[in-house]
Amino acid sequence: MQQTFVQPEFRVKIDYDKCHKCGRCVQQCGWGVYDFTERPIPHDEKCRACHRCVTYCPAHCITIEKNTLAFRDNDNWSADARKAVWTQADSGGVLLTSMGNPKPYERIFDKLVLDACQVTNPSIDPLREPMELRTYLGRKADSVAVEPDGTGGFRLAGDSGVARNIELAVPIVFAPMSYGSVSLNVHRSIAMAAERLGVTMNTGEGGMHEDLYPYQDHIILQVASGRFGLSPEVLKRAAALEIKIGQGAKPGIGGHLPGEKIDRDVSATRMVPQGSDAISPAPHHDIYSIEDLRQLIYALKEASGYRPVGVKIAAVHNVAAIASGIVRAGADYIYLDGFRGGTGATPQVVRDHIGIPVEIAIAVVDQRLRDEGIRNHASIIAAGSIRSSADAAKAIALGADAVAIGTATLLALGCHLCQSCHTGNCSWGITTQRPELTRRIDPEWGAERLTNLVNAWSHELQEILGALGVNAVESLRGSRERLRAIGLDEQTCRILGVKPAGL
Amino acid sequence: MAYDLSRYDGFSPDNYREESPFKIHGGCGLMGICDESGALMSGEEPIRAMAVQRDRGNGLGGGFAGYGIYPEFPDHYCFHMMYHDLRARDEAEEILRTRFTVDHAEPMPTRPVRGIHDAPILWRYFMTPRAEVLEELDHSAEDFVVSTVMEINARVDGAFVASSGKNMGAFKGVGYPEEIGHYFRLEDYAGHTWVGHNRFPTNTPGWWGGAHPFTLLDWSIVHNGEISSYGINARYLEQFGYACSLGTDTEVAAYLFDLLLRRHRLPVELACTVLAPPLWSEIERMPAERAELMRSLRAVYGPAMLNGPFAIVLGFNGGMVALNDRIKLRPLVAARSGSRLMVASEESAIRTVMPDPDTLWTPRAGEPVIARVKGMELPFHSTLHATPAEVSCAVTAADACHELEEVAV
Amino acid sequence: MMTAATSAPPLGVIEGYRQVTPVVERDGATAEVDATGVYFQQLNETVRRLVAEGATTVRIAGVNGQRYLGAGLAAPGVRIEVHGTAGNDTAMFMDGAEIEIFGNAQDGVGNTMSGGRVIVHGDAGDVLGYGMRGGRVFVRGDVGYRVGIHMKAYEKHVPVLVCGGKARDFFGEYMAGGMLVLLGMTGRDAAQPIAGSFLGAGMHGGAIFVRGTVEPWQCGAEVGISEAGEEHRAALRPVIEEYAAAMDMDTAEILAAPFTRIAPMSHRPYAKLYAPM
Repeated sequence: MQQTFVQPEFRVKIDYDKCHKCGRCVQQCGWGVYDFTERPIPHDEKCRACHRCVTYCPAHCITIEKNTLAFRDNDNWSADARKAVWTQADSGGVLLTSMGNPKPYERIFDKLVLDACQVTNPSIDPLREPMELRTYLGRKADSVAVEPDGTGGFRLAGDSGVARNIELAVPIVFAPMSYGSVSLNVHRSIAMAAERLGVTMNTGEGGMHEDLYPYQDHIILQVASGRFGLSPEVLKRAAALEIKIGQGAKPGIGGHLPGEKIDRDVSATRMVPQGSDAISPAPHHDIYSIEDLRQLIYALKEASGYRPVGVKIAAVHNVAAIASGIVRAGADYIYLDGFRGGTGATPQVVRDHIGIPVEIAIAVVDQRLRDEGIRNHASIIAAGSIRSSADAAKAIALGADAVAIGTATLLALGCHLCQSCHTGNCSWGITTQRPELTRRIDPEWGAERLTNLVNAWSHELQEILGALGVNAVESLRGSRERLRAIGLDEQTCRILGVKPAGL
Repeated sequence: MAYDLSRYDGFSPDNYREESPFKIHGGCGLMGICDESGALMSGEEPIRAMAVQRDRGNGLGGGFAGYGIYPEFPDHYCFHMMYHDLRARDEAEEILRTRFTVDHAEPMPTRPVRGIHDAPILWRYFMTPRAEVLEELDHSAEDFVVSTVMEINARVDGAFVASSGKNMGAFKGVGYPEEIGHYFRLEDYAGHTWVGHNRFPTNTPGWWGGAHPFTLLDWSIVHNGEISSYGINARYLEQFGYACSLGTDTEVAAYLFDLLLRRHRLPVELACTVLAPPLWSEIERMPAERAELMRSLRAVYGPAMLNGPFAIVLGFNGGMVALNDRIKLRPLVAARSGSRLMVASEESAIRTVMPDPDTLWTPRAGEPVIARVKGMELPFHSTLHATPAEVSCAVTAADACHELEEVAV
Repeated sequence: MMTAATSAPPLGVIEGYRQVTPVVERDGATAEVDATGVYFQQLNETVRRLVAEGATTVRIAGVNGQRYLGAGLAAPGVRIEVHGTAGNDTAMFMDGAEIEIFGNAQDGVGNTMSGGRVIVHGDAGDVLGYGMRGGRVFVRGDVGYRVGIHMKAYEKHVPVLVCGGKARDFFGEYMAGGMLVLLGMTGRDAAQPIAGSFLGAGMHGGAIFVRGTVEPWQCGAEVGISEAGEEHRAALRPVIEEYAAAMDMDTAEILAAPFTRIAPMSHRPYAKLYAPM
């Protein structure tokens, strides 16, 4: 084999004076970085900088550094651009990567700031006074019809739609990640956390493993183009169904779970043969137009006993009109995945160059639905990427009903964003099916960490609401008056419906 | 179109005045009184109630609305108008005369009062909608009046509709309420229901239209407090065609009442529930049927919740409703003396008008105090939804197909 | 159009209060003040002057909402009688004096009070005794929202607030010290519970005694609820005796019922809420 021009990205350094020679690093690394002959010998070219070995080294003697080889300066041909050419010239392949778009596009969330009350209206103490985060996802009536109840009061007359909504204790849900792309222990962790938190998890398109049945009231079952793992039974188990049209990391692209990841359990859950590739086509081949989406939405409603049906799309240029069509097609919620959203495997060119920021998508979709008078007809879940409670608050203020967290979920379970999920060798046991790796996630431990994370963000959301002087999240939702922009151009401000700071 | 950002194009300082897209802050004092027997009270009484609450305002806004004050024209829409100049008057009158038959028009009677200056030109008109215009537009008379108000306020520079209901009127301006009441000679009027307001604005000085009550049709609103959910309340209303051009909480509250009571036909108790809903923890302790209703009201009308401290009095032909925010952050005291029901920000205001009431109490958070004039048909509540379909949002196939062309191309 | 023909001769602008010195009658150490229609500044100035001149009893008649009566008054042994409706912030920052109100009190009475005693023979409004750090507030009737909020004790200063009627939500919120007592024996609305919700929410010091029982859902998350035992009733007894004497009630009758004691489970209820970076 010819010598590749691509040099290792990282250098693994071991302080052998401190090294116990225990071999823990060898055992921990899923990438096979280390050989062991009397002491661990790292092969830099295999290192993904996931820090598993660093974290578990009892002597703290491992450091990972960037391989800072000097290139002749060239602002146009970055080191990454050169490496990409060499790699593709080596292989003739599409560059494959994982997780979300890391490029330095403008991060709009970081240019928005929230308001607080001073004097004319009081801030509210979020610790001691009620501070309500409960959220109902789904179709609601535009108004509530009532009738006298015969005792001087009133009762509902007709259907407000709320009884069939998904009730969330807090407006943060777990984003879809399939069993197959992540391990069953990850799914178990998320499902348990969702139940404890009173929110939902989402199966992704890999079906619902039977171990998740006890948590089914908190599980949204995804229906994607591969139609994996769908049976009339699981359709009726799920709390809601979600048609996945696209995802932020790879709009317009299908999926491909390699046969080697399809073990017995994955096979049973997806209802595909063991060891053969599970391919999700780019489009749903029964949806070539919007009326077809309506047909599928109602097919799912019919088959599931009228569970709520959401539609997940990647945020793309015409997202407002698309969302309007989705709502009019009967969706109960729209899931907007921004271009920072993650994935288990995606062509790099697609991840890094297709789609628009979720902040923009929320703003234009929320406004479009209001302009058309159909905002109550569907909820908006925003994702890709929500990095903190501040992002969540800003997304909600722009108009989202709830946010979904995928990357943050995996980070909580140990992910270090090495962007190598597609290798199936995740040393943290997250995006792998290798049993010696997957058992690194204890579902009870994972559930606790996820519960901690969402609880912490919820407390922070309450702090933000308190500072804003409101005690229910619906009073922040869509309240763009409480946002200001710093350093965004006027046109972007206009699109976001946000004034610049100072006005 | 909702959230009209073109309003701050160029970020003109003019935007801080008059019709502003910016939130306007302020504190206040208020009162409302209703004689449920329908007996009329002199306008002097609300002035007295407001005068003892003088320190709640800062002299930059005071006003009153009275009901039953125009017995000569009980079925005419009465527009109280404010004009900055004669051109504005001519332009507004052009609109009024095109749309209405004006049976009587006159300058508002006033008297000079020390401290009151820079008053706009004040006129009132007693009118009925032109049948042929109504027919052509296929509007109800009420929607027609609302659209006329919106049209004048938005399009005629320097003209403002201070009130537009039947047998009622708003009297307001820049000054302390007792000065404004004196200026408008309120002692010459007699009404069965009065509301009064004392304003402490933190900006928008010097604009008469910005004083309160804010009115629309028969509704008049006086409000104390600061609604922290203003942004979403205004965006929610824009969906239903209400342009929140004044940037005040009071305007938002008035439109919300109009939407909930007149257009969605909610009973007044439930409209109040929407604005100041119970906590989820309280809802979970309610009997199932009521809990289900409350859940629906909160989930459907979440954007209509008035969040933040407020006390509000809504006046209308037939009574008044007073309401506090959901965790009682602004003062409100109520009392009954015979057939009179009164509310105010301070007990002292009540005792000024009724020194020894039969009962006096402080309403609970979110618990409306409702006064109804005997024999008067209420402008709401009398009919509930005939069928749920009237208000259902169910998407029809026609809706879906309507959208296809746009998305599918 | 106008109905002017029937109206009285033209009035001047109606004034709520006039900025005039109130009429005072002196009888030795007792002074009687007619506050009718007098603005609070002149009224309070007069009260301060009378106290400075040696009056030990100042009886104020015709009070209707004038603010700040006795505010900042540090005058042990001085007694002020208020006849009428006491205005907002009555007895604010007060230390040492006694104010007895024959009528209702508006909002904010006893705000940040350091010492002395306030007796209200009617109802009292919201935010009664906010941040009180000493003295006594006794109310015969009902009280509003956020009563005793952030009451605190400091060294020998131990504030006490007793309500004979019922209280609304957030009674004793953030309470950091002192004693709040809720009797529920008077009050207008028999159907309402003795206290609203969020009783003792955020409480981290002091104790609340409620005559009878409260439901756990009425209380904040930070408190422990138990029936007051002998030791705690012993602490309560002198307070009730003083209250009963002030209200001309029977101590034994008040104490005839069991009391629920609400006290913080921790002095640092939120220690675990934060994760230092």
